[in-house]
Amino acid sequence: MRKEMKNEMKQPSETAAAQGIDVDLDAYTHVAEEHPYQEDPSRLSASDKERIREVGVTLDDRSQRSGTFLQIDQSVVHRKTDQEGVEVMGTPEALEKHPELSEYWWKLVSPEADKFTAYSHSHPFQGYFIRALPGAKASQPVQSCLYLAKHGLAQNVHNLVIVEEGAELHIITGCAVAPVKEDGLHVGISEFYVKKGAKLTFTMIHSWAPKMAVRPRTGIIVEEGAVFMNNYICLKPVRTLQTYPTARCVGDGARVRFNSVLVASHGAHMDVGSRVLLEARASAEIISRSIATGGDIIARGYLSGQVADAKGHLECRGLILGDKGNILAIPELEGTVAGVDLSHEAAVGKIAEEEIEYFMARGLSRDDAVSVIVRGFLSVDIEGLPPELSAQIEHAIELSEQDMAP
Amino acid sequence: MLEVEELSIAVDGRQIIRDISFNVDIGETLVLFGPNGGGKSTLLMTIMGFPRYQVTNGRILFNGEDITRLPVDERSRRGLGILFQRPPVVRGVKMRDMVKACIGDKPNGSTVDHLAQRANMQDMLDREVNYGFSGGEVKRSELMQLIAQGPEFVLLDEPDSGVDLVNIQLVGDMINEILQRDKRRSRTHSGLIITHTGHILDYVEADRACVLLNGGIWCRGNPREILASIKSHGYEGCAVCEKK
Repeated sequence: MRKEMKNEMKQPSETAAAQGIDVDLDAYTHVAEEHPYQEDPSRLSASDKERIREVGVTLDDRSQRSGTFLQIDQSVVHRKTDQEGVEVMGTPEALEKHPELSEYWWKLVSPEADKFTAYSHSHPFQGYFIRALPGAKASQPVQSCLYLAKHGLAQNVHNLVIVEEGAELHIITGCAVAPVKEDGLHVGISEFYVKKGAKLTFTMIHSWAPKMAVRPRTGIIVEEGAVFMNNYICLKPVRTLQTYPTARCVGDGARVRFNSVLVASHGAHMDVGSRVLLEARASAEIISRSIATGGDIIARGYLSGQVADAKGHLECRGLILGDKGNILAIPELEGTVAGVDLSHEAAVGKIAEEEIEYFMARGLSRDDAVSVIVRGFLSVDIEGLPPELSAQIEHAIELSEQDMAP
Repeated sequence: MLEVEELSIAVDGRQIIRDISFNVDIGETLVLFGPNGGGKSTLLMTIMGFPRYQVTNGRILFNGEDITRLPVDERSRRGLGILFQRPPVVRGVKMRDMVKACIGDKPNGSTVDHLAQRANMQDMLDREVNYGFSGGEVKRSELMQLIAQGPEFVLLDEPDSGVDLVNIQLVGDMINEILQRDKRRSRTHSGLIITHTGHILDYVEADRACVLLNGGIWCRGNPREILASIKSHGYEGCAVCEKK
């Protein structure tokens, strides 16, 4: 009891997160130089553009995007929307322009959750505000890139996405670091509102560096008849990544799907989960695919059925390639009333020799057979994903293939 | 084309086949009858080169080359192909990618969609390989892969098992295509079909047959005659027959 009281009295700034290895906030720089605004983001250096392109954000030809947001360190370097009914800007600017947004601010993530949320709350921030107005249907994805250029910087990002009633929005967001920058911290608060009958497809590709620490904190509200599709891809090395986004389905007919694709190479520690609270007659699917090529992965999933007829399925599958690597799959289901329908399947193992030989019997070399099987394993079926986004994911998997060779 | 000389095979240290010899000529189709558990699949898997099947004696020649120690993919590249009786499920990999892998860089002019149409598998290209397939779907999928691969010599492991009447004709047609049974003189493809029931012979004409029983070959001759004899006397009849 005494111990609990002591914990309660702790300031959130001291509270380590419940999951993930601890990260010392004092080890990072908190101030970055301003980067100038670019009317034409294609004027960035070729190497930066290449890194940014690897996470699905294209700065040269933006004709396939309905909007672009680019943040380098703590500066908004470019932001533009080409679609009527879609707003794209930095969150500080948005809060100033639309004071009513305070109703949405720090409502789905609590500043007191842990030391990272407390840090974000008490430090200067940037981040994207993307809103689709009622009924607006963006024909192309809005793209956003959060780029870390300064070595050792703690990048503080707070994003807000609102998809108003009946609107549809695809967001492709990439986080990357400059080629020679290895160390840094990324703290990202994200609050997403998917209103009645709206649809948000959110695809996030992370490409960090071997010494980076990454702590996204995400809350999502999905209203009646709304759909939220989340795709998260992290295939490149990172020292420590811990995230456990929570989606609350608060209206009947809401639908949520989380797809996660992770590859942990040597030295990487990834603790990644998805949590869905079915507070109405809604449905959810959580699909996770993990490959450990020497690193550690904790793949979490949590589904909570809180009303009758809530339906959810959770699938965690992991492959260990090579001699080292560790995957811990933790699927959790909780039903609090009769009539919920929740299920899960989890599997961790290596590629079955029989599968490799099957492809070899068709003329593939052993390496090619492994490659086909691994690519298949990582290619989660993503319902309703525009071909452009599918291609980005395929591209990310292709790029990581060389890192995955067992 | 294929010569099996005094071959003995062990699986997990247990001797399954002892000193068998046979050959299949260019353009020829040989049927191998035998009861379940008689070593038929073991023989096929060994000819294809799966490491679990150990050759303890004898050798396998393909087009004059000793392939006894070659790995599976090398044998495949030399023109051997196999229809698996129970192929593995490969989660995540789509049939489309499997067929593409089978076509490889061979300029055989076939596209995945064209092949799927012939196998009546257009709707299955986006399904995961063998996942939830019916018996007939497994065979059609295997045969579609073999047509894509285009081997000179095919090993067909119970192509008629678990196939319903609707599918058996299509399965037969696909096998005839792989074995070039429509060509008489210019036929260059050969095959070894193993069958427990012999049903496939109603759809595919074979040139010769033999019976594999208790790890050895017992009878050689006309496929229809041998099948008729098995139907009247059972495999027990082969065991007491003197034609070994």
